[in-house]
Amino acid sequence: MPGFDFSNYNRNAALHARGVPLPKATSTGTTIVGCIFDNGVVIAADTRATSGPIVADKNCEKLHYISPNIWCAGAGTAADTEFTTALISSNLELHALSTGRTPRVVTVMTLLKQHLFRYQGHIGAYLVVAGVDPTGIGLFTVHAHGSTDKLPYVTMGSGSLAAMAVFESTWKRDCTKEEAIKVCSEAILAGIFNDLGSGSNVDVCVIEKDKPTQLLRNYFKPNERVKKERDYKFARGTTAVLNEKVITKEEIGRYVTVHELSSGSDSDSLVVVEKMDVDEV
Amino acid sequence: MASIMNAGGLPSDQPGYSFSNASAPSESSGPRQHAFNPYTDNGGSTLGVTGADFAILAGDTRSTSGYNINTRYAPKLFRIGDDGDSSSRIVLSVVGFAADGNALKERLDAIVKMYKYQHGKPMSVKACAQRLSTILYQKRFFPYYVHAILGGLDDDGKGALYSYDPVGSYEREQCRAAGAAASLIMPFLDNQVNYKNQYIPASGTGHELQPRAIESLPKEDVIGLVKDAFTSATERHIEVGDGLQMLIITKDGIEEIYTPLKRD
Repeated sequence: MPGFDFSNYNRNAALHARGVPLPKATSTGTTIVGCIFDNGVVIAADTRATSGPIVADKNCEKLHYISPNIWCAGAGTAADTEFTTALISSNLELHALSTGRTPRVVTVMTLLKQHLFRYQGHIGAYLVVAGVDPTGIGLFTVHAHGSTDKLPYVTMGSGSLAAMAVFESTWKRDCTKEEAIKVCSEAILAGIFNDLGSGSNVDVCVIEKDKPTQLLRNYFKPNERVKKERDYKFARGTTAVLNEKVITKEEIGRYVTVHELSSGSDSDSLVVVEKMDVDEV
Repeated sequence: MASIMNAGGLPSDQPGYSFSNASAPSESSGPRQHAFNPYTDNGGSTLGVTGADFAILAGDTRSTSGYNINTRYAPKLFRIGDDGDSSSRIVLSVVGFAADGNALKERLDAIVKMYKYQHGKPMSVKACAQRLSTILYQKRFFPYYVHAILGGLDDDGKGALYSYDPVGSYEREQCRAAGAAASLIMPFLDNQVNYKNQYIPASGTGHELQPRAIESLPKEDVIGLVKDAFTSATERHIEVGDGLQMLIITKDGIEEIYTPLKRD
């Protein structure tokens, strides 16, 4: 059965009524903005994700892919923005395949608002939808309850007031691509420094007519971590070993297949299966 | 998605409980309660560490309300009984509700000054600590909404640190973190100041392993620890940042160090 699973609803409602608190979702208490220019549209976002007063992710991605020429900036509950944009992106791809046309921004906006309205605000996705399509340039905001706006410059999230202050004081109509990128990134910086829910870096996405979309990840990095004063390397053996058990290759070989990677015991011969992206120290 | 709407058994306001729900509070019925909320939380964090002949108190300088920053420089550290002749050796740090923190500081400062005028000698940290507890407990049923830390030098010239709950329960300690990021900083201090969970390598096997002995740290090391504690808290707590104020109390006086912190 497609859609959401409500099988735990009754149990959770009963628990909540008896004083069990609701689980805390990661919210992207965020600053997101968008601004049109003469030949396209720019959207931008900060990269902080929070859980209450704790920073959950210092460099998350809030700019979501919908189609090659339509992108979405998301604020609100992190999982909802992620899954809602993925769902609409998927449906839009199928729609584009069956119609044989490039998808339109209004179509995305309509799919989003109809989906969100059906769930009466319980899907906490607050979105800025932007793109170019055969009808021209599109820029919209979509609220979790399903209402939408169409404006030349928009802001959303907890830092929306700080960001809108920048637009209202510096925005000019008929601006160039460079001017649009500048005003958008400055609006995000205002959110980063003046709103506690926003922070870290600026991500920008530039969508221009007849040109490939540019995702400028970490366009500004104004909050690099400073070096520690002291060294926190522990001497080997600092942690107590209370129990030790060695599982031999022969023992584990009874349950799984063991592959020899190399004959040498030196660390250089280790095979790197997958490399994980980690923060630069 | 449509199948959910057709499922029939849609969750309603009256879920099928298998037990009575009489204990659930209902907001719509009964007499309406009016509320007076005199307290706000202004965020931020403080910490104190002592050494053999010094005490360090530190606090960030950001003041917040909700997701807003009131100011990037509102000190949470105060010199107590400082009447200009630089004989003062007591520092109070307060975190929580800033208005109560200020009121508490003013009260304690006046009392310590009066003590000196009446007795002709400065108040000891021990006496000041006991007096602060009394002041806090006097407001047992309308408390000062603060977590206070008092620092200075004791009669033997050793670093002294006292930490308080909002209604006056207090204790002398080696180190203490308070405020919004206390839960982030305190475990770091336990490990790095009191060497908790650290053992001497190869000093035994299993439970016979010898714990690393506590030693009193030199001043420069503690300053490094305090800075690292706050830069780290700034990374992971939204209410901590802007600036770090440190007051270092030694027999020669109170030295102040200000270090900028991240402003996002």
